[in-house]
Amino acid sequence: MELLTDVAFLSRLQFALTVIFHFLFVPLSIGLGLFVAVSETRYYRSKDPKDKAATKFWAKLFTTTFIIGVATGITMEFSFGTNWANYSRFVGDIFGAPLAAEALLAFFLESVFLGIVLFAREKISAKLYLVSAWLVWIGSALSALWILIANSWMQTPAGYAVVPDGSKAEITDFWAAALNPSTVARYLHTVDSLLILGSFVVIAVGAYYLLRKKNIDFGKKFLKMGLVVGSITVVAMLPFAHMQAVVVAEEQPAKLAAMEGQWEDGPADMAFFGWVDEANGTTTALTLPGLTSWLATGDANAIYPGLNTVENGPVDLSAYASKVDSYPGGIPPVNLTFQAYHIMIILWGAMILWLIFGWLVLKKETLQKNKFLLYLLVFAPLVPFIAIQAGWMVAEIGRQPWVVYGLLLTDDAISYAVSSVEILITIVLFVVFYLILFVGWLRIVLKQIKVGPIVEEADAAPKVTAAAEGGE
Amino acid sequence: MDAHAILEIIWFLLIAVLILGYFILDGFDLGAGLLYPFIAKDEKEKKFVRRAIGPLWDGNEVWLLTAGGALFAAFAPAYATSFSGFYLAIMLVLFGLIFRAIALEFRGIDKKWSKFWDAAFFVGSFLPALLFGAAIGNIIEGVALAGAGDNIVLASGFTAVAGDYVGGFFSLLNPFALLCAVLGLVTFVTLGAAWIALKAPVGSAIHQRAVKARSIFNIIEILCFALVSVFFFLFVLPTFEGRDGMLFAYVFAVVLVVGWIVARLFINKGNDLLAFITGNAVPVGLVGITAASLFPNLIPAADNPEGAITYFLLPGADIVADSLTIFNSGNSELCLTAMLIITCIGLPLVLAYHVIIYRTFRGRIDMDEQIEY
Repeated sequence: MELLTDVAFLSRLQFALTVIFHFLFVPLSIGLGLFVAVSETRYYRSKDPKDKAATKFWAKLFTTTFIIGVATGITMEFSFGTNWANYSRFVGDIFGAPLAAEALLAFFLESVFLGIVLFAREKISAKLYLVSAWLVWIGSALSALWILIANSWMQTPAGYAVVPDGSKAEITDFWAAALNPSTVARYLHTVDSLLILGSFVVIAVGAYYLLRKKNIDFGKKFLKMGLVVGSITVVAMLPFAHMQAVVVAEEQPAKLAAMEGQWEDGPADMAFFGWVDEANGTTTALTLPGLTSWLATGDANAIYPGLNTVENGPVDLSAYASKVDSYPGGIPPVNLTFQAYHIMIILWGAMILWLIFGWLVLKKETLQKNKFLLYLLVFAPLVPFIAIQAGWMVAEIGRQPWVVYGLLLTDDAISYAVSSVEILITIVLFVVFYLILFVGWLRIVLKQIKVGPIVEEADAAPKVTAAAEGGE
Repeated sequence: MDAHAILEIIWFLLIAVLILGYFILDGFDLGAGLLYPFIAKDEKEKKFVRRAIGPLWDGNEVWLLTAGGALFAAFAPAYATSFSGFYLAIMLVLFGLIFRAIALEFRGIDKKWSKFWDAAFFVGSFLPALLFGAAIGNIIEGVALAGAGDNIVLASGFTAVAGDYVGGFFSLLNPFALLCAVLGLVTFVTLGAAWIALKAPVGSAIHQRAVKARSIFNIIEILCFALVSVFFFLFVLPTFEGRDGMLFAYVFAVVLVVGWIVARLFINKGNDLLAFITGNAVPVGLVGITAASLFPNLIPAADNPEGAITYFLLPGADIVADSLTIFNSGNSELCLTAMLIITCIGLPLVLAYHVIIYRTFRGRIDMDEQIEY
C-alpha cells in the first residue's frame, strides 16, 4: 500500500475528511441562525409566547449544531500549520490575515452573543436580546465572508507578487487580494446555499410535526416560514451560481474543461448528465452545444481550451475566451469533477420540485394527511446537503493539482516535518472521535426535534389575558 | 530602525497580549474543567460548575484562535514550524478542545451519556492545560531546527527545508518542558478554583471546597515556579544566545512574585473577587517572562552540542541552525500594516463585547435557578 506512506495523499485525505465533517455542521448552523433571529423578531413584535417558544427551539438546534462547527473549525485553522507547513510559508503573507480577521471580527461576535442568547433572556431587555440574536447570525455570516476571501484567493489569486527566489507570495494590494475575481460571486453562491439548507431543515421539521400530528400549529408555521425563505433563496441561486460559473470560465480553464468534460478546444457545451472516460480521453453526455460559452460570454461560439490542451503546460490562453493570459498546466480528476458539478445542478432542480410539494401541502388541507408527501418533505434537507458537498468538491477537486491556482502545487504544500505514521494515527483518531460526535449530535438533535417547541406556562397565562383584554 | 522592524516588534507584543488574554480568560475555565470531577459532588454542583463558565468559555477560547491566526498572519514561518514540528502535541490539544467544547454544550441535554461527557470535559481540559506549558518550555529552551542547506532527511522521507523542526516527538518530553507543563497545569487549577469560589454562593459546600483548593494550589503554584526558576538558571539560561530581552524577564518575575503575595493576602482574607483578580498576576508574569526571554526570537534554534539542551537528536541534526526571529520570519510590511489596521478596528470591539458579557453575568450564581445546561 504505497498510498499509506504518501504524506501528500494522507494530508489530503485528512483535510478532506475533516473539512467535509466540519462543513456538515457549518451550513446548518448558519442557515438555522437566520431562523433564530427571524423567530425572535416575530416574538419581539407579537409578544406571543408561541413565538418565544419557537425562538428557543431553533436556538437549541442551532447551538447543538453550531458548537460542533466551532470545535471542528479549530481543526481547520490548525491544519494549515500542522499539515500544510510549506503552504503556510508560501502564502502566509496573504492567507493568514483573513484567518486572524475572522477570529477577531466574527468569532468573538458570534460566541459572545450566543452566550447572551442562551443564558440571558431574563437578564437583559427584550431589545438587547433581539439585537444579540441578530449579532450571532451576522457574526456567522461574517466568518463565512473571511474564510471565503481566503479560499477565493487560492482559486483566483490577485494582489500579490512572488518574491524573486520563488519561496513565497507577498501581498502588494490588500483590496485586490481580498476582493479577488471570485470572492463576491463565491460568497453570494455559498451563503445562499446555506440559507437554502436552513430553510429546508425548517420545512422538514414542519412536515415532521404534521406527520406525527403533534405541534400542528408550529408545523404549519415552520412549513410556511421555510417555504418562503426557501423559495426566495432557491430562485436567487440562479444569478449567484451564474456569476460564479462565469468567474470559473474566465479564470480557471482546467476546472471549466473538467466540469463539462471537454477534451478538445472549442465552444463549451452544457451537459445534463454523462460519463467521462479518463483513460481514453472521451466524454459521453447529453449536452446543449455551446450553452456554457453563451452563458459565460454571450457568444455560443466562444472558444475555450480543452483538457488535452491544458493538461501539459504552460499554455498561452490569449487565443481563447478565457480572461487569464496563460495557464501553467495540469488537470484535476475529470470524472469526479464532472459528476459532482452535474449532481449539484440536478439537485438544484430537485429543490424546486421539493418546494412545489411543500407549497401543495401547505395550501391543500387534504394533502396535509398525505404520508408520502410528508415523508418526502421530512427528508428534504438531504437535497441541499448533498448539493453543497458536491459544489465544494467541484471547487476544491476541480482546482487540483494546484492548491493555489497556477502558483503552488498541492504536493509541494505539505509539512515535511510530519511523518506518514503520525498522520495515519491522527486520521484514525479523527474518524473515531468524529463518529462519536456525529452519533452524539444526531441523538440530541432528533430528541430536540421530537420534543419540539415548548410554550412555558409562566409565559402563556398572563400574556393570553393581556391579549384578550386588547380585544384580539 | 525601519518601519518594518517596528511593525514586527509591535506584532510580537500583540501576539503576547493575545496569548495573555487567552491565558487569563480561558485559564479559569480550563481550571474549572480540571477541578470539575473533584470539587463537584452531586448533579446540582456539577451543573453549577458548568454554568459558572457556560456563557463565557466560547468567547474565551476565541483568544486562542485569534492568537494562532495572528501568528500565521504576522510570522507565517514560525506558525508553520511550530504547528508542524509539534504535530502530535498540537493534535492532542486540538482533540482536547474539541471534546471539551462539545461536552460542555451536550452534557446538560444528554442525560444518557452524562458520564461520557463528564469525562470528556475533564480530559478535554486536562490535555491543553498540560501541553501549553510543555510547548512554551520547549520554545524557551530552543528546539532543533534545520538551517539552509543542512540536508537533514526527516521521518517523512523529505529533506527538511530551512526552519523545519527536526528534533522528533520524544525530545519534546524533556525535563524543563515537563516542569513547565506542571507549572502551567497548576496555574490553571489555581485560576479555576478562584473562579469557582467567586461564582459559588457564600457558605455553600462547593464554595468551601473551592476556597480550600484555591489556598492549596496557590502554594503549589509558587513552589512550581521556584522549581522551574532553579532549573532555568542552572541548565537553560547558560545556553542562551541572542536573547535581548532578559532584563524584562526579571521585571516580570518580580511582577509575578509581588502579585502572588498580594493574591495570597486576599486569599487569606477570603476576598473572592480580589483574590481572583490579583491571582492573574501569575499568568501576566509567566507570559511576560516567556516573551522577554525569547525576544527577538519566536522559535530559537537549540545550540547543540555545546548547549546540550536538545536531548534526542536525529542523525545529522547536531548543528546550530538558524533561529526563527521576528526579523527573519516577519511577514511583509504591507501585510503587518493591514493587520494592524484590522486590529485597531477589531480589538476595541472585542473588549466591548467582553465588558457586555462579563457585566451581564456578574455576581454569584443562584444554584437553584431553573435553567437547562
